[in-house]
Amino acid sequence: MSDLLSLGFLQRALVAGVLVSLVCGVLSSFVVLRRMAFIGVGISHSAFGGVALGFLLGVDPLFTAIAFSVLVAVLIEFARTHTRVEEDTAIGIFFAASMALGLVFLHLSGVYNVDVFGFLFGNILAIGTRQVAAIAVVTGLVLALLLLFFKEIVFISFDEEMAWVSGVAVKPLRYLFLVLMALVVVVSIYLVGIILISALLVIPGAVAQNLSRRFQTMVWTAAGVAVGSTVGGLALSYGVDFPSGATIVLVLAILYFLTGMLRPWLRSRGRAGLERSRRGPGAK
Amino acid sequence: MGETAVKLTGVTVAYGGQAVLDRIDLEIEAGKYVGILGPNGAGKSTLLKVILGLITPVQGEVAVFGQPPQQLRLRGQGAGYLPQRPLSNPAFPVSVFDVVLMGRYGRIGPARRPGREDRQAAMLQLERLGIGHLAGRLIGEVSGGEQQRVFIARALCAEPRLLVLDEPTMSLDVCVQDEVFELIYRLKEKLDLTVLMVSHDIGGVARHVDDVICINRRIHVHQAPPIGRLGLESTFGCSVEYLFHGEIPHRVVKAQDE
Repeated sequence: MSDLLSLGFLQRALVAGVLVSLVCGVLSSFVVLRRMAFIGVGISHSAFGGVALGFLLGVDPLFTAIAFSVLVAVLIEFARTHTRVEEDTAIGIFFAASMALGLVFLHLSGVYNVDVFGFLFGNILAIGTRQVAAIAVVTGLVLALLLLFFKEIVFISFDEEMAWVSGVAVKPLRYLFLVLMALVVVVSIYLVGIILISALLVIPGAVAQNLSRRFQTMVWTAAGVAVGSTVGGLALSYGVDFPSGATIVLVLAILYFLTGMLRPWLRSRGRAGLERSRRGPGAK
Repeated sequence: MGETAVKLTGVTVAYGGQAVLDRIDLEIEAGKYVGILGPNGAGKSTLLKVILGLITPVQGEVAVFGQPPQQLRLRGQGAGYLPQRPLSNPAFPVSVFDVVLMGRYGRIGPARRPGREDRQAAMLQLERLGIGHLAGRLIGEVSGGEQQRVFIARALCAEPRLLVLDEPTMSLDVCVQDEVFELIYRLKEKLDLTVLMVSHDIGGVARHVDDVICINRRIHVHQAPPIGRLGLESTFGCSVEYLFHGEIPHRVVKAQDE
């Protein structure tokens, strides 16, 4: 194993995978509780338009994908608040249109030797040092902003109206959260690809919800689940020679079903523990 | 007349071109307990949201203790609010204590954690509402009546002067409903609050309130002397299947007579 880790491409893949899954895990707790799974799908698919635009313009697809995804995220929120369009309709329209635009851009660019499959399904083993650096910057930025506004985002996730009345800047925070999602989506492309990103944005939070009774615990658990599945999935994919992104997602899905089946037992156990601690010494 | 808690001048709210509230003038004195009655879709919740600043009227002015509600909330002096459905996701993994503590997030400000003073304030409200023993339970695991107490505790946690309640007894059984009405009355007396409460329960409202506002999309005015069945019927637009004893003290909103 130590021989394996001395391989440069594996080191980079591991560092990038851990960073991406860490930030995805933390974000996914909010995505699950705010019921934003579908908007995650919408933003990630629209990144395809951005990637293709990068090929057309001959610039790094990372930057065009970020610009495209942030723009689509903001447009979806704008449509939700300023028009009579339902949110899921808006998402459905924007993401299909972005993917269609992506195909047109690819056609216009005349570039046929690019690794479209890699963008769609991830190719973490091909990641370069520059991409790892970009992932590190985005991860740091997103985690810092989440930490800064942690309790406010929890509050608006729980009860937006009351949060507004008590002075929380609900509207800017909604936009901020979507922009953070867009940033995370784009750097996740390297790990699992456009099609599978929504798994990283949803499943760790869903697994953590099965396992935890407190929001803070849920966030830590989700981060742990995401990082663990990524490292485990990468190792497994290397061992059995499966595609890495798909293996990670399958590990996550299996974890979800296992914890889902255990959930009633885990929760009743949690409750019993709570009752015991309340009746412990000092209580009556 | 003492200080004015809420003042609406010519307030009109419209959704998609249709007026929900039409040129309303209303003045509520500080320290009053005011019930708001009206049929479904009459604009009761809209009226509350206008007073909270959640909805900006297309016309007219709103002042709460002399200031626009949008400014009050930014200073952490917004009203205490109990929404109609405060728990949209019962599976949200958050304790009763943490829910009450949220009431102070606005005034704590971003990037800062709740301090000891905030935690004490939250615990005080829980004790005051008789649910201190539930502090560690999950919000989704306590009963409906207990949940309402939790959300009232949250509303009081920022020490508001105005408490706004939207159907606080809607999903509760009758005994618990009475408890909640009692509780709100006691809190109002003790904390010197101005209370605005929307309710379907005419009897429950009538027992404690100082004033009743009857509202319908097209707002009717009854003169100040007590209304009888006839007055309620004209507000509800249908015969009111209701027997009540005595008289409901009553104050009404400006007429819109065509």
